[in-house]
Amino acid sequence: MSIKLTRRQFAASAAGVALAAGTAPFNIVKAQTGKLKIGSIHPRSGFQAQLGIACQRGIDLAPKVLQQIGIKADVEIMNADTESNVDVARARAEKLINDGANVLIGAFDSGQSAAIAQVAEQKGVPYIINVAAAPQITEQGYKFVFRNFPTAPMLVGDGLNLMKGVFEKSGITPKTAVFMHVNDTFGQAMAGAIKAMAPRFNLPFQIVETISYDPQAKDLSVEIAKAKATGAELLMPVTRLNDAILMVREMVKQRWEPKIVMSPGAPGFYEGQFYKTLGKFSNYLLTNVPWYNPRSGMTQKLLDEFTKSYKGELFELNVGFSFEAVMVAVMAHNAAKSTAGAALADAIRKTNITDHVMAGGPLQFDAKGQNVNIKSVTLQNLDQRPKVVLPLDIAEDNLTLPLPSWQKRA
Amino acid sequence: MPADLILTVAVQGILTGLVYGLMALGLSVIFGVVRVVNFAHGEMMTIASYAAIVAFSAWNIDPLISMIPIAVLLFALGYAMQSVLINPFINRPEHSQFILLAAVAIIMVNGLLMIFGPDARNVLVDYALDSIEVGPLLIDKVRVITAVLALVITSGLFAFFKLSRTGKAIRACADNHLGALVIGLNIKHLYALTFGIGSAIVGAAGAMMTLLIDTTPNIGPVFTLQAFVIVIIGGLGSMPGALLGGVLIGLSEAMSGLFFAPSAKTMFGVAILILVLLFRPQGLLGRKA
Repeated sequence: MSIKLTRRQFAASAAGVALAAGTAPFNIVKAQTGKLKIGSIHPRSGFQAQLGIACQRGIDLAPKVLQQIGIKADVEIMNADTESNVDVARARAEKLINDGANVLIGAFDSGQSAAIAQVAEQKGVPYIINVAAAPQITEQGYKFVFRNFPTAPMLVGDGLNLMKGVFEKSGITPKTAVFMHVNDTFGQAMAGAIKAMAPRFNLPFQIVETISYDPQAKDLSVEIAKAKATGAELLMPVTRLNDAILMVREMVKQRWEPKIVMSPGAPGFYEGQFYKTLGKFSNYLLTNVPWYNPRSGMTQKLLDEFTKSYKGELFELNVGFSFEAVMVAVMAHNAAKSTAGAALADAIRKTNITDHVMAGGPLQFDAKGQNVNIKSVTLQNLDQRPKVVLPLDIAEDNLTLPLPSWQKRA
Repeated sequence: MPADLILTVAVQGILTGLVYGLMALGLSVIFGVVRVVNFAHGEMMTIASYAAIVAFSAWNIDPLISMIPIAVLLFALGYAMQSVLINPFINRPEHSQFILLAAVAIIMVNGLLMIFGPDARNVLVDYALDSIEVGPLLIDKVRVITAVLALVITSGLFAFFKLSRTGKAIRACADNHLGALVIGLNIKHLYALTFGIGSAIVGAAGAMMTLLIDTTPNIGPVFTLQAFVIVIIGGLGSMPGALLGGVLIGLSEAMSGLFFAPSAKTMFGVAILILVLLFRPQGLLGRKA
């Protein structure tokens, strides 16, 4: 079938098209002043799923809690799963932006976050990294990428400083240490930072062995046998969740009992699943990590809402940092009164939030988009949950060292 | 490096390798008779692992006990899969069988994800963290138990194929398909029986694996790949070959982790595979086609 247009019909159609094209920019302007669409992009399946789900909980609770504390939060959360895969993360970021996301928040993992950052920068959509530590992501000179989580050197710097505090407080100063780390982007960044920074910190111990392993390892028996053979007094692990469980299980089986097990800043030991799986064997392990300030009023509000919504789940740093990322986006939206990428990025750059959830100074971003005021604390697993033991001004419990024997606990 | 450390790691590697061998045995049995490569092998093992986890969490049944009903269940699943799904594909091009089984594997993984979610699950029995002291060596008790069971199951299977009438009939099918048809053997039933037996072994291995590793819905493809590597090294269709391949992989993973970077474990397994393919393409204990 063919359609014939008369000259008059053609002219009318052309005028219609021109009118539609002419009004399109006004539609865009209208959308820019509306609801803020936040694309939450996290690993919610695959080997990092538990951690991504923890982040998602912080994102989901944020609008409600922000409204409760008097911050207008006219937002819509759009969700995407990276499947713990860098390529999927990149593709999902593209799709979220294509579907109208004004801001992206994610993605727990450094490799995935680096891929999302490239997409966000190219499309001019602000991207707030809630959890991911590889420093290079904010060293690229990106204009639309921000991070409210510390970089690996910041984590390590704080972690090493806090170690000295732990030695001083406990009276136990190890002379030798073994450093075990996952060999993904985050683990490599942490290893690089420790290698570069340890000499500057004048640490009292010598790292006698460094052991790297696959974060998806099914078995760490050889790695632990190797670490045990060094006779090191301190184990410094940089883990994810599943390998942290495997590591402790193997330590119990091989009866390896270093005086101190202290992570210089990594997930694993403080995750809900870690306690559920290991029970009493999860106790006494230490992590130097950015953490929520248990004395903050906003933390208590978020904690109350979290406890109501997720019974039996653990409130930890992934929830806190994800909440704060939404808070930054919402406050920038309120200040900019626009959803345009450039306006939002400018407003995020001017962020100055003094009262917030995580321990440390005000939420502010430097010229590279990095929040430089977050500080780590020392957590110790006591009564099968993480408790702040240092710094003393926000401590919830007393430091207990040396590590009691596994066999006695059993 | 201290000798006791090397010996401990070697023993652990051999024990783990025996369980790997049992896991791969199912794949080898199925291929040896039916000539179908089961691309859903690891996923079937994951289903068995989840069954053991459910039995433990719901009724506190030790996986070493629940492995018996789980093996029976997997036998039924395997028998049904061969009868309903695979038999119609037997005379079709091989790639259609691969696609069929790969599709089954994807359905299984996603089904497990829908039912159990992505969290890692495990079974923590009373003796899960115990070790046995043998002189200067400290050996994981669970690994010893599972390795012994792997040997017992393999010996039982070997006896079944050598001594029983059904076992002999299955071997006849594998050796001479046409001859088996001529003497009136029910080939389709024997194929289904073989697939069921292979699946039952995978079921037992899956239940045992819950004592050694944490289970997630996504671990299936890793085990499928590992089983392929093991049976190719040992020789497709060879039962002792599967055990030998498993031990070689377990040992190479352990020793490479000790002497080189632990993160390079897989590389050494693949290196052995390449060497075997270069110098003995039929596998260490396999027969030439």
